[in-house]
Amino acid sequence: MMTQRTGHTISDSTFTFIGCSEVQEILGQQAEDEKELAELVEEIPLDSIHFHTHSYFLRHRFIERAYPNDFSQWVVMQVGDHVLGERLAVVDPFDYPNLEDLREEIISIIDDHLSRMSIIPRVVFGEPFHFKRSRILEVPIGLEARSLAEFRQAVSEVDVSAIYFHMFEAHFRLGREESDFSAWIRSGLGLHELADCIRSINPYLGSLERLRSSLITACDEFLAKP
Amino acid sequence: MTTALDEYREVSPKGTVDFLYRLSDLVKGRSVVHVSAVRYGGGAAELLRRLVPMMTALGVEARWEVIAGTQEFFAVVKRLTDALQGRDEKITEDMYQTFREINERNAKALNLEADMVMIHDHQPAGMVEYRTSGAWLWRCHLDLSQPQRRAWTFLRRYALKYDAAIFSLSGFAQRLPIPKFLVYPSIDPLSPKNREMSRSEINQIVDRLGIPRTKPIILQVAKFERFKDPLGAIQAYRIVKKHHDCRLVLAGSGVMHDPEGEAVLAEAREAAGRDPDIHLVQLPPEADLEINALQRIATIVLQKSLKEGFGVTVSEAMWKGKPVVGGNAEGIAAQIIDEVTGYVVHSAEGAGFRLRHLLNNPGLVTRMGAVGREHVRRNFLITRQLGDFLTLLKIMSPQ
Repeated sequence: MMTQRTGHTISDSTFTFIGCSEVQEILGQQAEDEKELAELVEEIPLDSIHFHTHSYFLRHRFIERAYPNDFSQWVVMQVGDHVLGERLAVVDPFDYPNLEDLREEIISIIDDHLSRMSIIPRVVFGEPFHFKRSRILEVPIGLEARSLAEFRQAVSEVDVSAIYFHMFEAHFRLGREESDFSAWIRSGLGLHELADCIRSINPYLGSLERLRSSLITACDEFLAKP
Repeated sequence: MTTALDEYREVSPKGTVDFLYRLSDLVKGRSVVHVSAVRYGGGAAELLRRLVPMMTALGVEARWEVIAGTQEFFAVVKRLTDALQGRDEKITEDMYQTFREINERNAKALNLEADMVMIHDHQPAGMVEYRTSGAWLWRCHLDLSQPQRRAWTFLRRYALKYDAAIFSLSGFAQRLPIPKFLVYPSIDPLSPKNREMSRSEINQIVDRLGIPRTKPIILQVAKFERFKDPLGAIQAYRIVKKHHDCRLVLAGSGVMHDPEGEAVLAEAREAAGRDPDIHLVQLPPEADLEINALQRIATIVLQKSLKEGFGVTVSEAMWKGKPVVGGNAEGIAAQIIDEVTGYVVHSAEGAGFRLRHLLNNPGLVTRMGAVGREHVRRNFLITRQLGDFLTLLKIMSPQ
């Protein structure tokens, strides 16, 4: 196994890139006001929490929206409640070890907000919040890396769904300890410093394309060091 | 070998076509049969004409069957369409019986053996009674948010016999105890309605339609129907006209043999009065090149609908790099990113305000138009819908 700071040293292990395709499933539950939103967040499957927070990025892979999850986006754009929208927008789903904790945090913020309100803000002219979840299909895309240079090249050209799969899906829904990228760089290439650097990238940056850029920059900076 | 799919390399997002080839490896050799009511006219037929050859090119055994019906049957399903979309239609037991008989006849006549059978809309939905093999999916293109109760009760009995249903928007779905998927409609960037056009081709068509290009053009492409709110569009134009010397073009079909269309067109004519800068253009059905040319000469596209199906004209306009000012109807709002690719408005005054703001800021028109085109490239092209269908084929017909 390599330990040198060179992009061309070949590792014994190969990183195989997996992309993914998503179809959205309508759960049939909808909220028309913020109280209903909290009640339904409490009872929907965890997959739906994942859909409206983490996999938000898969659906907005190119254009960054003003608010980084479906709950804050709906509260601001459809209900017109900027205060709750801002409070939900700063919830970073990567701060929570699991989806159940994330669910609790969202409910607690909405409940706290409603406890200070004399009326329950609701949709008047906008659309209700429709709860959904994803069915994700893993798609082997035939791209592999055996060195850091190959990895950097592959990240720059791979379908962006692979960035999502290895950074979000593997770690947060499939329950792996860290993202596939940092795990392979650590164990496959033995580059602990770079693995830590990639692990510290906050995926909540705004868009998958921006995340791709951050990964490339981390690799380039590591390779440029003397 | 170049296939029907390779033509999309230049227009779809980078890597999409290769990704679709990889995705198709998971379903190669599986069979799909699409069933619709008509071969020409309507969104489902327009989609299937391109989608089926693309699926075949990817190694899926894809077929497209069209049901045969009597004049009486098509009159019944027209009523059923209206009733399912909330209009007050009387449908008798005899009419329902006609529906059942034609569906039974077609189910027995057509080859429906496949790993996945996708039934488009309600006309052939009753064939599910005679299903033999494979997964059956009902692809509903209609807005079922407020159906007439009896009509929906009738259709729901069939819907329950499917393995899953597919809707165009969450809000269009009714409660059903089967999985309900969301698949947005899409546009075909290589079709006559959306393909690139030369300047001379555009000029020729627009000259024929009698639209001068001496002023900024606000365009609405929509049938002459009340829900499309042409009078609201004229009201918005009048607000803008006080500050900007511009033209309004309302182009649409739906007038021939349609009393509502005739009445709405007459009202629009009256509202337009003698203003030479308002152009009411009656288009024949399937006037794809005319719509394409009009969208390309427009400065801003308006879609002032009060109620809309999905309204892919919004994506068509954005694909041509135009900002869209659209009414807050669900399908329109799902396509426009408010304040990024255009504006979602709630009134004629709101439309006037946003149109005026855009005409005051030509740089914003260009920027929003460019972002809108990229938004469509990534979300509303037929290649995305092909990916959705291949994924459903894998998920719903496991082998």
